[in-house]
Amino acid sequence: MLRQLKILEFTLSSLLRRKYKNLSLITVYAFTIATLGSVLFLTHALKMEATGSLTTAPELVVQRVAAGRHDLIPTAYTEVISKLPGVASVTPRVWGYYYDSLIKANLTLVGISSYQGDLELLEGRLPDNAEECAIGRGVAIAFGPAIGDDLVLEDSGKSRTVFKITGIFRAESNLLTNDLVVLQEAALRDFFSMDQKLATDLVVQVHNQREIKTLAKKIKYNLPDTRPITRDEILHTYDTLFNWRSGMMLAVAVAALISFCILAWDKATGISAEEKQEIGVLKAIGWETSDVLAVKFWEGTVISLTSFVLGILAAWIHVFAFGAPALVPLLKGWSVLFPEFQLTPAVDFYQVFVLGFLTIVPYLACTVIPSWKTAVTEPEYVMRG
Amino acid sequence: MILHPGILALLCGSLITVLVMLLASWLGVQILLRWDMSSSSEEQLLLERKTWLVSTLLNYALGFQIFSVVLFIFTAEDIHRLFVGAMCATGSLNANLVGWLVLLVKGILLFAAAFWVVLNRLDQRTEDCPLVRPKYLALVLITPLVVLDLYLQWRYFSGLQPEVITSCCGSLFSAGGDSVASDLAGMPVRQAMLLFFSIIGSYLVVLSFCIVFKASVLRHLLFIVSVLMFFVSIGAVISFISPYIYQMPSHHCPFDMLQANYSYIGYPLYVGLFVATLYGMLPGLCQPLRKYASLRREIDSFEKRWLWVAMAGMLVFLTISCWQMLFGSFKLFGY
Repeated sequence: MLRQLKILEFTLSSLLRRKYKNLSLITVYAFTIATLGSVLFLTHALKMEATGSLTTAPELVVQRVAAGRHDLIPTAYTEVISKLPGVASVTPRVWGYYYDSLIKANLTLVGISSYQGDLELLEGRLPDNAEECAIGRGVAIAFGPAIGDDLVLEDSGKSRTVFKITGIFRAESNLLTNDLVVLQEAALRDFFSMDQKLATDLVVQVHNQREIKTLAKKIKYNLPDTRPITRDEILHTYDTLFNWRSGMMLAVAVAALISFCILAWDKATGISAEEKQEIGVLKAIGWETSDVLAVKFWEGTVISLTSFVLGILAAWIHVFAFGAPALVPLLKGWSVLFPEFQLTPAVDFYQVFVLGFLTIVPYLACTVIPSWKTAVTEPEYVMRG
Repeated sequence: MILHPGILALLCGSLITVLVMLLASWLGVQILLRWDMSSSSEEQLLLERKTWLVSTLLNYALGFQIFSVVLFIFTAEDIHRLFVGAMCATGSLNANLVGWLVLLVKGILLFAAAFWVVLNRLDQRTEDCPLVRPKYLALVLITPLVVLDLYLQWRYFSGLQPEVITSCCGSLFSAGGDSVASDLAGMPVRQAMLLFFSIIGSYLVVLSFCIVFKASVLRHLLFIVSVLMFFVSIGAVISFISPYIYQMPSHHCPFDMLQANYSYIGYPLYVGLFVATLYGMLPGLCQPLRKYASLRREIDSFEKRWLWVAMAGMLVFLTISCWQMLFGSFKLFGY
């Protein structure tokens, strides 16, 4: 034990003697780790964000499918579903998307009587009558109005509709309300010219969590043209989606890792005459091959761990302090009105472990042969030059 | 499924291990074929140097393997959310039964590689390296296992079908909608406890005898008891140790205790068990090697340390597994 510590001490001083060479290696290594780490941290944080906002999502949503596409659902289905045992309540929701050609973004328009989530109002209040609306932060920033100003939207008949802004939203998670415009349900029906007997989808509250699956089956059986979606399924889908995205990014970034490994191999192979001399002297004064190998092992460990810590720090700062400017467009999605990100710093041990395994293993593996070559150098051969 | 970061890391790591092992066994075959201790030719010198490369490669491969087992369980734990009805790693492993095979192969590899590294260290300390041939033969036998490990991992992860919302209808009604059973049925508790404590007792007794006496038969006995103890302990963890740790009579999962919710208590527990088994087996395994005079000296100098390490490992394992049983408020037996 003490012996290994002494060897470590020797390694550190020998690394310090070749500061610049090792520093350049550490910089490149740390940069590679920071790139991969940013991908992992960002996707993890986004996953947490999505999962967090979905905790307030309804347990079961019923949509109607016509000709294989999502369609408006008759509100009459409410009665059929609420008669099923175990159903606490069924609420029709009216909402839809609206493309605004001025700011070139999609907004989500929601009818007030049907909005279920717990939303905190930053300021103002929810709309009281058909001429009022409340908007999300992203909308407020895109259009630039404040409370009391007017929001002008074009309805389905292409005529201008003016809404007075009575409140601007803030939610625990911005992902949820960023592109939101909340109107009164009747106003929204008018706006979309939606029939009174139709709704966008139905929200079903269930008394017993364990019955959700059974109820979904029953709904599907009684109303064959519907598609029940449970919250768990949405969570699975988000999980898979984010895993897939970060995996894609990682697969691309692996190219960087490979080129780094080539660099590391090259650096480790091309040892200087001075270094050779050092090993020659060590062996001449009685060091064994195994001792030199131990030095090389510690060298690899010190370099990888230093770069790993630096890389993780850089990734953390990049993602959580600066909001990952380099990666956000690739990982977040394709909506135009991006939520303003205040990612909660959420790094779990698993991400760090995966990152370590992904970066340290290749580095160590590709320095084995060069360090062995150094370790078996004959002192006599080195001394002669 | 392959594009999950953890899965990518595992597959990359295994691929690198396979490459390392292939290189090592290629060198190993060269050494096997042309090794001649009595010769002082240049080739023999070169081969002797190559043994250092092989042992370094193997040390690294073993290190990777240790981390790979942990990462595999971690990943299985992480992806359980993607499967309906899966509660923990057990559920993910049940989702594609190849997963259990992966775990088995990884376990075997861990023991095999650890033995190889220890024997190699013994051998390298001697002047005449009597174990060169058996060692490199064993190396050539371990390599297919590493390849099998990579192949099975690939099969496992590529065969997983996460439940995702499809465009036609919710995934509920797609194939495989039945929930994955995620409980492991354990042995009946009373019998399991009896068996566990009697085997642990005999392990401790034989181990103490080994420390005091030098009889070779005791070492063989310890080897057998260690192997038995390992399997019985795994059974015991599933049957009653985990319910005590989780304080829940119905929770038998051997993997949950590796999670943060249980303060990662599973790591010292399994490391203790692994160390106790490995070092308990070593003295018995080395008995046949005592016929080489040079090795006998080394074995004698190491054996005592191995036995004490085994004792320490066992005490760690025993302390952690029995702590809740003795001092916890949870009682598995009714009133």
